[in-house]
Amino acid sequence: MDVTEQFPFIQLVNGEGKQLEENPSITVANAKRFYEQMTFSRMFDRKAVNLQRQGRIGTYAPFEGQEGAQIGSALALEDGDWMFPTYRDHAATAAFGHSLVNIFLYWKGCIEGCVPPEGKHIFPPSVPIASQILHATGTAWAEKKKGSDRVSLVYFGDGATSEGDFHEGLNFASVFQIPVVFFNQNNGYAISVPIERQMNTKTIAQKSLAYDMPGVRVDGNDVFAVYSETLKAVERARKGDGPTLIEAVTWRYGAHTTTDEPSKYRDQGESERRRQTDDPISRVEKYLKAEGSWDAEWEEELKKKSEKRLQLAVEEMEKTKKSDEGLIFDHVFGTDVWPVQEQKERFFHKESGK
Amino acid sequence: MSIAVNMKKLTMVQAITEALKVVLEEDESVLVLGEDVGRNGGVFRATDGLFELFGDQRVMDTPLAESGLIGTSIGLAMNGYTPVVEIQFLGFIYPGFNQLITHATRIRTRTQSRYTVPLTIRVPYGAGVRAPEIHSDSTEALFTHIPGLKVVVPSTPHDAKGLLISSIKDPDPVLFLEPMKMYRTGKGDVPTGSYTIPLGKGYRRRNGEDVSLFAWGAMVKVAEEAAEKAAAKGVGCDVIDLRSLYPLDKELIAESVQKTGRAVIIHEAPSSGGVGSEVISIINDTSFLYMKSPIKKVTGYDAPVPLFTLEDDYLPDANKVLRAIEETVRF
Repeated sequence: MDVTEQFPFIQLVNGEGKQLEENPSITVANAKRFYEQMTFSRMFDRKAVNLQRQGRIGTYAPFEGQEGAQIGSALALEDGDWMFPTYRDHAATAAFGHSLVNIFLYWKGCIEGCVPPEGKHIFPPSVPIASQILHATGTAWAEKKKGSDRVSLVYFGDGATSEGDFHEGLNFASVFQIPVVFFNQNNGYAISVPIERQMNTKTIAQKSLAYDMPGVRVDGNDVFAVYSETLKAVERARKGDGPTLIEAVTWRYGAHTTTDEPSKYRDQGESERRRQTDDPISRVEKYLKAEGSWDAEWEEELKKKSEKRLQLAVEEMEKTKKSDEGLIFDHVFGTDVWPVQEQKERFFHKESGK
Repeated sequence: MSIAVNMKKLTMVQAITEALKVVLEEDESVLVLGEDVGRNGGVFRATDGLFELFGDQRVMDTPLAESGLIGTSIGLAMNGYTPVVEIQFLGFIYPGFNQLITHATRIRTRTQSRYTVPLTIRVPYGAGVRAPEIHSDSTEALFTHIPGLKVVVPSTPHDAKGLLISSIKDPDPVLFLEPMKMYRTGKGDVPTGSYTIPLGKGYRRRNGEDVSLFAWGAMVKVAEEAAEKAAAKGVGCDVIDLRSLYPLDKELIAESVQKTGRAVIIHEAPSSGGVGSEVISIINDTSFLYMKSPIKKVTGYDAPVPLFTLEDDYLPDANKVLRAIEETVRF
């Protein structure tokens, strides 16, 4: 059997907003919830890029275009579950309950931005590629050992599948049947390197075969399909049926980060074409219109609300000019260790000019 | 005077097994993980019998993957467990280096202590046992340079047990280096039951007035042998077993050289950038005006550890150390 038949491209609502099959995840209520979160995320992302351009935050990694994959998966989790994002997954972390102020602070160069709200298990964005896959596996392993039904979900990109930690994480999870969802966002590029240079396989989902775990390939711009497939994977994990690999096929419209210029390595016309035909947010709008449930006033209200929420977060973020200098030293160890204590002393009494 | 504590004569590797048994009994959160640590009891038998006593949910064989082992243990540690990982040889830890340097040691800082990593990594290290290639590395300085990591090296069975228990109880990542050469080099008195030795504290193995010798791991014995030879020539050596390479015992280092005014540092690791240079830095900071002669280092060479027909040539021995002692005295 051809691998693309074995791992079919799962779509529940197509680019025209047309529902392709019956599925309990496809409801007007869900559509509105998804639309609201995705719209907000896009506004957040654009705000962050603008703040970077104005020098109010540092380098930023935009996700515009990937909102469907992130929101659909994040909303499938519950309290007590663990989320392990990369540096491009703020739509997911915000939807899962992270503090917007902290997300902004992180990109402003303040380490305290890594701290999730009390009770939320959201790990700081992982910078070294694929390394977080192992942490997600380890925390979920702990949940299994404690006998709870909580799970981990970890984000990673197409490039991450080339790393050894991808293999090691999936292998550990498979051997010990650990309740973790490996959520791949395949946006086709690792900075400039296209997927054909990462792998010779036609899909990422098929890599699940090597670990004898379920693998699915889903339209990452179809938030309904992402939500539905992630829910299934999460439920499997909760029941003790082990890990799942999900490949969500998507596209980042813009640059890898604000320091990157994508037109150097790809035709950005492609991003424009996809924006017209394959946008995850427009798709839900089209669906709601087809259902006769589109409400322009609701949308207007939602945008105003989102704008206000963002503005408050930015104002709050800007109250912090820089991190407290004590943070250089205060959390290196949990106990006093003399070189750190001595250097802290020296910094505050001699070197900081205070 | 009678001593209330019961003692057993144990080798270092037996003392390590004892320490693991004690913490597995004391603390439900402790897990022992690694390649061959289960049914096989470890390639050096350091986990011998633990699988039978505690079962496969606490003493777990894992896939052969150092990054996977350290990385998943970080997750376990952040979520309520206290993993004790065995890496079979220090020369095999490098695939796990990224997990150690970018995650295990930074998670406390990154999350302002919301998440912490009480992880102990046990690793046999060092040359002198005729091991195959890459099995004899002594690259401790790669690890003492990582902020957020403690590095501990016992040289006796007694210290191995107490320091390992302390390392496992420590709230942060500890690299626990076990000198292979000392695993079965004689037995020593080891208290039964649980006891700890504070991390960051060295120990004076021999009292002397003329030259301070600083060493750790298998080199402590070399330093003691050299001290014996020096004594025969009328030179008294203060032998300091550093025991913790991060943090170093600044007080003890200073106290010793302020008494002797001379120092020889012995390590089997390559000379350049070794922990010996950090000891010199501490002497410089604390005791510059006390010194009567330049500090000497007797170390391995800036070359990969050779295969075993040459390892005795590569390693410091008592004669090389004695020569350095004489040079500092004659200066």
